[in-house]
This record gives sequence, structure tokens and C-alpha cells, in this order.
Amino acid sequence: MGRGLYEAITDGILGGGVYALMAVGLTLIFGVLDIINIAQGILVVLAAYLSYVLSVHLHLDLFLGLLITSPAMFIIGITIYWAFIRPLRGRERTSMSLLASYAVAIIIEGSLYLIFGSNVVNLHAWYVTSAVKVFGFYLPYIYLFGFALAVALVAALYLTLYRTQFGRSVRATMQDRTAARLIGIDVNRVAAITFGIGVAVTAAGGMVFGATGGGFNPNTGYDLISRLLAIIILGGLGSIGGAMIAAIFMITLEGVVDWFWSPSWSVVVFYAALVLVLAFRPSGLLGRKAARAQ
Amino acid sequence: VKASPVHASPAKASRAKASRVKARTALLGVGLVVVLAVIAVFPLVVTNTLDTQFAVLTLMFVAAVAGWNLFSGYSGYISLGHAVFFGVGAYTVALLTEHWHLNGGQIFELIPLGAVMAAVFSVPVGLVALRVRRHTFVVVTIAVFFIFQLMAYNFGFTGSSNGISTPFFSWSPTTYNNPFYYAAFVLAVAAVLLGWAIRGSRFGLQLLAIRDDEDRARGLGVRTWRVKLTAFVISATVVGAVGGLWFIFIGQVLPETAFDPNLDLSIALMAFLGGFGTIAGPVIGALILEPLQQYVKLQFTNGYIGQIFLGLLFLLVILFLPRGIVPTVSERVTSLRARWQRRGQPPPGAGAPAVARPQAAGAPEASTETSTETSTGSVR
Repeated sequence: MGRGLYEAITDGILGGGVYALMAVGLTLIFGVLDIINIAQGILVVLAAYLSYVLSVHLHLDLFLGLLITSPAMFIIGITIYWAFIRPLRGRERTSMSLLASYAVAIIIEGSLYLIFGSNVVNLHAWYVTSAVKVFGFYLPYIYLFGFALAVALVAALYLTLYRTQFGRSVRATMQDRTAARLIGIDVNRVAAITFGIGVAVTAAGGMVFGATGGGFNPNTGYDLISRLLAIIILGGLGSIGGAMIAAIFMITLEGVVDWFWSPSWSVVVFYAALVLVLAFRPSGLLGRKAARAQ
Repeated sequence: VKASPVHASPAKASRAKASRVKARTALLGVGLVVVLAVIAVFPLVVTNTLDTQFAVLTLMFVAAVAGWNLFSGYSGYISLGHAVFFGVGAYTVALLTEHWHLNGGQIFELIPLGAVMAAVFSVPVGLVALRVRRHTFVVVTIAVFFIFQLMAYNFGFTGSSNGISTPFFSWSPTTYNNPFYYAAFVLAVAAVLLGWAIRGSRFGLQLLAIRDDEDRARGLGVRTWRVKLTAFVISATVVGAVGGLWFIFIGQVLPETAFDPNLDLSIALMAFLGGFGTIAGPVIGALILEPLQQYVKLQFTNGYIGQIFLGLLFLLVILFLPRGIVPTVSERVTSLRARWQRRGQPPPGAGAPAVARPQAAGAPEASTETSTETSTGSVR
């Protein structure tokens, strides 16, 4: 007890902030488009590699690099939407879009392997290597900076959704696509921009993840997407608040199990928690009750 | 439409239709026999071991996709976690082989045990996963898949990341693949027959009703949960048997090959390519894609190119052939036949209204035929 537990909890909360950011992007896309973007995990890795390239070859600061990687990820997101998601029609649309994003994911994964190989890569900067003393243990600055960035971005997303005209149209589309169209909302545009934003948050998420985790390679995408999926389901699909709470809860739980038991089992506990919650509450923690199935 | 001139025409039409249906069934039967015969003699004619190895894997995929399809295709609940049952089947056979020190042909007798074990594991998985609706179901199956893969890595008895290997078979190298080939053939035929039997049964109709509208199906008295779970378990059993055979064939089981996310994706892709929820679709999809995948794997020693290829192919199928080969082709054939029929009849307005009437009666006849076509061959 004591120091180790504090450390596990602090790590969990700070790391959970980053997962919250990535999960909010994913759940936002689900809320508006009704699809699950399986590619989110590998997009995070792609963004991390973009940050890596910028910092290694252009010697750009990681946080400054976000000014380039975020718009890049936004454009990639919109492209994926226009090329592969929007053309899907018909009854199996949602299942098909899930498979389409899965296909996009394995294409990106294969390409990353071809370009970067399977070596584990770390992002470097002064704030990754130097640390500050909290509760008697050393915490790299990047955890604090990353958490601050995640909180700022989630807050910005929240404000956009609840305080702007665009946010109102997004929420209207989330509630009822047909009615939104009837009151004059350009649903396709809203969907495309939402997909873009949902993917753009992976830029910050990937950068912080790449600097805080134990490094990454293209295979990390699977690990990420499975955690993100577990988080958004636990929080309730389409619920932004739920995703944030679930992210912090799950990552902290993982950290504690990690410390208390063993790292190799913490991930199993993570999924077991998901399965347990679903067994008692199929719609997740804050999920709306499922409407009619289509 | 009850006008007297029409009276004679529908009777004639229905007689003609009956004979057409009989002819088609006979043709289908002959075709099936020919296909089965070709598959049965294949390894006797083609003796190149690389070709027969491809064929064994292809038949295994036929069985696996047909097994997957009888749950996911019929009910519309897409499972991306069937690799769990594949892996459970493989590990069961592997562990028992090791435990009982078996070698030679006896190992084949363990395949049913692998299937049973997969069924046993599928019950709790189904109990949880089927509590949620479609989108979430896919995700829960993925999560369960990762749990199993991690467990295979973490437990000691699964050999951790070293996996388990089979003893070496001292069979003649030229016909080495044949026992596997026929075992896979039996599994594939059994899986397709099972899919066919379920499709025509009351149980199959209940599954299709769930796929069309689950709430309405429940309103009509379908015990949706029980039906889904039963189909899930049957489907897992088939895939588990394939996993067991796969282990004996490959000779080694590793956490990352037994619980392989690309397996789930390949299975789904094959089913979608052939025709999701049809009987012939999974077979056609597997027959096209598995040799193609093996070929690509052989051409590019770099596995990542093969992976990119699989992804691109998947996108192409989804974008340009979203309903699959079987439904698309059968619809094309029906529309061609309808056009051909229309041409055989006098053009509209060529005579008195009385002559034009049968034309009007002919149209619904064509459309009922379309619907029987789709209900036997495919479902949209």
C-alpha cells in the first residue's frame, strides 16, 4: 500500500485523460453517424508516427507539431468518410461501415509496417525525460502536460457541442437524423465534419500516448482500439460524459490491478470489467436505453 | 383482375412454372453432384503438395464461413469474435494430443472434442454478448476475442507464447495432405448441409425474422434470445471443429495464430463477397478468396503487402458489391428472365384490351417468382 497505490491511481487518472480524449472522438462519431470507427486505434498510432516524423526530421516540438498533425488528421478523417463511409447505403449500412473502417485500419496498419517497420518507437522531448516529484514519486512532466491538453481539448469539444450553432446541429443530428434534415440541417456536412473532428482528436491523443506509454509500433493499434471500444461501451455508446468517466475509471482500474497483481492480467481484468457491466447493464453506464433495433 | 379471358392463362402459367422449377431443381442437383465429384477426386488428380495445401485451407474456410454464416448471416448479428472458438478448438485438440501422447491418425478423433469444447465456451460468451443489440454485439465479440488471446498468452498450460506443436506424422509426403483434405471436405459439406437445413426450418425462419426486425419478431412470439443463442452455439461448434483440424494440419498452435483478428475479418469478407446470409454465398466467397489470399501470400513474401491487399479487396467488395455475388447474380438472372418472358408475349396494346389483360396478369406472376427466388436463394 501507500506509494505504489498512489502512483497507480495518479497514472491512471492522468493516462485516463488521454484515453478520454480519444474515446470522446469515437463516441461522437457513433452518436452522429451510428457507426463505430474501428480505425480509431490505428489512426492514433498514425498520428503518433506523424508527431515522431515531425520531431525527428524537422526537430519540431511535440506540442507545436500538433498544429500540423491535427489538421492533417482532420483531413484524413474527412477523406475516409467521403471515400468509404458515405457511399454505403441500404439496410446493412451500419455493419458495413464497421467492416469498412476495419478494412481501412488494416490498410493503414500494413502501410505503417512497410514504412516504419515493427520496431517500438518512443517520442522524445525534455518534458518526457525530466520529472517532477509528487506524493513521493517522480512523474514525468508529459503526464501533466498531456492531461492538461486532454482536459482543454475535451472542454473545447464540450463547448463547441453545447454553445455553438454547429454544436446544436450536431446534437440535433444525434437525436434524430430525419428531423434534423427536416429543420434544414445539412446532415451530410455535419456528419463529415464530425467524423473529421472525431479523427482529429487522435492527433493530440496519439502524441501524448506516444510520449507516455511504453512506446508504440503499428501493432499497438489493436490494443488501443480494443480499449477504446471497451471504454465507449462501458460509458454508453454516444454518451460523451460516459466516455470520459469510463476512460478514467478503466485506466485507473488497469493501473491498480497492474500494481496489485500483475501487468499481464490487468488487461484481462479490464475486459472482464466490461463484460460484467454489460451483463447487468447492457446499455452501459450512462447510455440511453436502446431504441428500436433496426 | 377476375375478368374471364384471364382464366385459362394463370393455370397454364403455373403448370409451366412448376415444370420450370422441376427442371431447375434437377439441374441444380446434377450441378451439385458434379461439383462434389470434382472436389472428391481433386487430390487424386492434382498431386502438387502446394496446390493440395491450398485446397485443404480453402475447404477449411468453406466450413468456417458456412458455420459463421449460419449465425451471423441469418440473424444479422455480425460476430468478429469467432476466432475465439477457432482457437478454443485448436487448443483443445493440441492440449489433449499432448496430454494423451497421441500420434498419427488418432488425433483426428479429437476434432469432435474440440468442437464440443468450443460449444461449451460459446455459451457464456453468447449469454453476455447477446444481451446487447447489433452494434454493441460486434464490439463485445471483439472484446471477448482479445480476452481470449491474452489468456492464451498468459496461462502456463497453453504454452504461453511458444504454443504447442503436434508430433510429426510419418506419412508419405506426396499424399501427406490427403487425410486433411478429406477431413476438411467432410467438415465443409457438413457445415453447408447444416446451414441449408437450418435455412429451410422453422428455426431458420425465426433467425431471418430477427434479422429483418427483431422487435417485431419478438412481438410475433419468437423467443429471440433463445433462438440467437442456439444459433450462436451451433455456429461456434462448427468453427471449433475447423480450428481443431487446422491445428493438426499446421502442426502448431500459437496465441497469435489461433486467435487471429485477420481470421475474423477474412471470414466476414468471404461471407460478404459471396452473399451474406445465403447458402451458396459463403462457399463461393471462400472458394474465391482463400486461394487468392494464399496466392498473394506466396507472391509477396512481405506479409504486410498481403494485409494491405486484403484490406483493399474488402473495401472494393463493400463499395461495389455490397450485397455479395449470389444475391446480385440471382437478381440479374431473374430480371433477365422476366424481360425474356415479356418479350415472348404480345407487346402491350397490340390487340383488344382482352389480349392485354394476360400481360397484366403476367407481371405479378413474374414478381412472385422473384420473391420465391430470393427466399430460396438469397435474402435481402
